Amino acid sequence: MSIAKSVSLDALRPTLGFQSATLAISVAVATAILALIYGQTKDPIAQAQAQDTINSLAQVLPEGSYDNDVGADTLKAERNGKPVVVHLARKAGGVTAVVLELTERGYSGEIGMVVGINREGFITGVRVTRHTETPGLGDKIERAKGDWVLAFEGKGLDTPSANSWAVKKDGGIFDQFAGATITPRAVVKGVKGGLELFAHQKDTWLASPPPAGH
Amino acid sequence: MEIGKLARDGLWDNNVVTGQLLAMCPTMAVTATATNGLGMGLATTAVLVASNILVASLRNFIPAEVRIPIFVVLIASLVTVVDMTINAWLHELYKVLGLFIALIVVNCAILGRAEAFASKAPVLDSAFDGLFMGLGFTLALTVIGGIREVLGSGTLFANAHLLLGPAFTFLEVELPSAGSGALLMILPPGGFLVLAGILVAKRLFDERMAARKAAASPATTPNLA
Repeated sequence: MSIAKSVSLDALRPTLGFQSATLAISVAVATAILALIYGQTKDPIAQAQAQDTINSLAQVLPEGSYDNDVGADTLKAERNGKPVVVHLARKAGGVTAVVLELTERGYSGEIGMVVGINREGFITGVRVTRHTETPGLGDKIERAKGDWVLAFEGKGLDTPSANSWAVKKDGGIFDQFAGATITPRAVVKGVKGGLELFAHQKDTWLASPPPAGH
Repeated sequence: MEIGKLARDGLWDNNVVTGQLLAMCPTMAVTATATNGLGMGLATTAVLVASNILVASLRNFIPAEVRIPIFVVLIASLVTVVDMTINAWLHELYKVLGLFIALIVVNCAILGRAEAFASKAPVLDSAFDGLFMGLGFTLALTVIGGIREVLGSGTLFANAHLLLGPAFTFLEVELPSAGSGALLMILPPGGFLVLAGILVAKRLFDERMAARKAAASPATTPNLA
């Protein structure tokens, strides 16, 4: 006991145990703080992201074409093994349009997009919701940074023609960007995939009853 | 404390990019446009000030032998907390800065300042060091981004209103003559080329200034010569 008492903090400092303990305590405190902040921010972040989705849904649907909560009225689908969320826009109970939330692999990572399609199978709007494409080069797919995504509006799987669904370099009708072909090519592919999915599933989707409680 | 010296050090003599050659990853990654360089620089400045204050106030409790892992934990936690907080309560700002904040974690300049300055200096000095180092970083990134953008895209400060608000639309310049520009400058090689050019220019300028000073000093300040 007397030996333990005579050992002061300064004498302990150079020992391996003291250093390990300091590091362990630092990491434990940092983890606790992170867990606390995560708990506090989780719900506001989820709310903000849900609001972002609702805002982008509203952008790809014609104004006044629906009277339901498009964000919550959803079905699940799958494309290339990846999940696709299908939002149903209804007016007086009947489905007027669908909005697909889908992803496609871009130049660097997944590009998330929402694709609005009306009952007749024509695009009502496309917005890119998230991406990690090269800033200043591939990011012109964002509505905030360019008009490029507007080119999809009114197009259908066979409109203007079946082989128009490619960038100009590949013989299609959509512009590529100087130096960035892969990014617009991926978006075109994703939108086309959405239309194909719609063509396969539209009978089920368009006839789907409103969710319970509505 | 000599704020003047800290400012000179951070902005020019010991600039993060052109003097210390640190933070090359974010420098190359975001400088395709001046606006992105500015956004990255400002976000980094805020984190650098906060991390320097944190490290300086804890410097007497951190054993020297394990200081580096502790700094890494501190900085990574700080950046993550900032990221989550802005995402939750300043979501509009997050949509603009979110990309940059995640990249700040990999910025070795922040660890560099913790190790080289904040771990040995009082809190206030460290805060100013963080501020000026951050502003110097911002300056370097904005200049590199500006040069690459003008040569590559033929614009300057494109989309600045998204970062700074509609009041700053006046910054956005489209150069009439440049068509699509020299694409190479926006691609990764452009980053290396412009950085190399800036480094050479700074060295030449500093050398000339030093030579001029040396030539002038015997006459003006004989006691120092």
